[in-house]
Amino acid sequence: MSALAASNVTVHIGAKVIVRDASLTLKAGELTALVGPNGAGKTTLMRALAALVPAQGTITLEGKPLGGLSPRERARSIAYLPQGHVFHWPMSVESIVVLGRAPHADAFSSTSPDDRAAVAKAMATTETKMFAERAVTTLSGGEKARVALARALATQAPVLLADEPTAALDPRHQLVVMELLRAAAREGNAILAIMHDLTLAARFADRMLMMQEGRIVADGPPGQALSPERLASVFGIEAMTVEIGGQHVPIAGRAL
Amino acid sequence: MARSRIAIALAALILVLAALSLMVGPSGLSPRAAIAGLFSGEGPAGIIVRDIRLPRTLLAALIGATLGLSGAALQGLLRNPLAEPALFGAPQAAAAAAAAVIAFGLAPVTSFAVPVAGILGATISIAGLVAIAGRRASLTVTLLAGLALASFAGAMTALILNLAPNPFIALEIAFWLLGSLEDRSSDHLIIAAPFMLASWIILASQARAFRALTLGEDAAASLGIDVGRTRVMVVIGVALGVGAAVAVAGAVGFVGLVAPHLVRRAVRSDPARVMLPAALAGAALVLAADIAIRLGPSVVEIKLGVVTALIGVPIFLSMIFRERRLLEGAVS
Repeated sequence: MSALAASNVTVHIGAKVIVRDASLTLKAGELTALVGPNGAGKTTLMRALAALVPAQGTITLEGKPLGGLSPRERARSIAYLPQGHVFHWPMSVESIVVLGRAPHADAFSSTSPDDRAAVAKAMATTETKMFAERAVTTLSGGEKARVALARALATQAPVLLADEPTAALDPRHQLVVMELLRAAAREGNAILAIMHDLTLAARFADRMLMMQEGRIVADGPPGQALSPERLASVFGIEAMTVEIGGQHVPIAGRAL
Repeated sequence: MARSRIAIALAALILVLAALSLMVGPSGLSPRAAIAGLFSGEGPAGIIVRDIRLPRTLLAALIGATLGLSGAALQGLLRNPLAEPALFGAPQAAAAAAAAVIAFGLAPVTSFAVPVAGILGATISIAGLVAIAGRRASLTVTLLAGLALASFAGAMTALILNLAPNPFIALEIAFWLLGSLEDRSSDHLIIAAPFMLASWIILASQARAFRALTLGEDAAASLGIDVGRTRVMVVIGVALGVGAAVAVAGAVGFVGLVAPHLVRRAVRSDPARVMLPAALAGAALVLAADIAIRLGPSVVEIKLGVVTALIGVPIFLSMIFRERRLLEGAVS
């Protein structure tokens, strides 16, 4: 079933149209990769799906219009991981991850057993437990990225929107993160991840959306979406195809 | 645990300082006479302690707490430890507005019109800052906007001094801009306290938002925080507090910078948990400064705002010095 659906979404920023007539559905149980060259409108589309930027068109969450939900209801249903992994204060890593539980907290309670379990699970899967007590600002870029992801996972929202969750990660942690996103999808969540590494995206994503100049130009299984013609026309690259574990995935060959 | 310990320790310190504050003054009452006067209210000691020292002590604590909390809130909103209402000209703007009311004889010094004018002045300054700092609240833009607003508030004050109907009023305003708790009565307490209490409630209600804002505005909004509402609440809360404080005590600066700075490490930089200790530290700071003033040579009383600035500016400079590398990164 579709957890999050958008139809004919258009986003203007000032006079400029950043996203044009985008329609998509995110299904529970699926990991969807959103790819496209720089400036294609991926982040803006994702922010529109998270109701962070006003958009024309309709966005529904399990059939209900997104605009009809209170901010807290929406926050419990959609977790959003912005790119860049901003941490303004040197708070402890664990207290950052606990922030992911904010949409569940009522005004007076401190952390509940559910909160603690969600935080522990998020920190275990992102391999951030070992620096739980450290100040988050002292971590490396890749470590910060994992803490940011742990914070988003801790919400345990049925929809996760992640903007470049693998940027800044070393190869091993790229794989760790992609595996954990796929596992979270298998648990019944709908996950959308913006990615630049087409090889990684093709290996792990169940479905792929490709954007170009504000429009969605491809929507389908990675093998289908990443045709040589599209890689040439959208990304301006010539790709080689290699086989990894029985899957055909592209590797960027040369710029056209 | 450490977090509540610091709050308890600061509360104890405040009690000690408040007791000291009731015993210090030019009249040379013995501590025992001062205590007797406080509880009996009889005789000259009763008048001195209850009518002169008690309002002064309470005002020092309330104003200090308000300024400490305002600093912590503004820092939470702008995600920046250097945010300080005085740096952005909020007290100066409040002072200019309140001074205008008095200088042009629009209302007597102890009327509610004075704090209301102060609050309006502070609102213009803080709202201007938050509007200009915008969504990203970059350090450069924030500080430049603050500099411009502070200069403007200074210019307005100069204009009022310039236009003051007679030199005595000009002198009165000039002293008042330096900030002082000298000769404050329970009337001053009554006109300022309601606004300060309202400011505490408003700012404390935003604590969760400040914590979420450590992740930036987008992530905070995705966690269900109404960031626009938080911004408005902080403007109102800081303006109410600073405006009311300035209206009775003049411009007392840098408490909002120093108080959160002193306690931030004890709460591991949590912008929500820092609020209570910052308020308590602010109260302790202003109480201590006001006691120090009265203990000093009494030919000319040094003004409270002068003392807090003399303590605050070096701490501010040392913070800039220590975080220079970080700040240089933020400026780009």
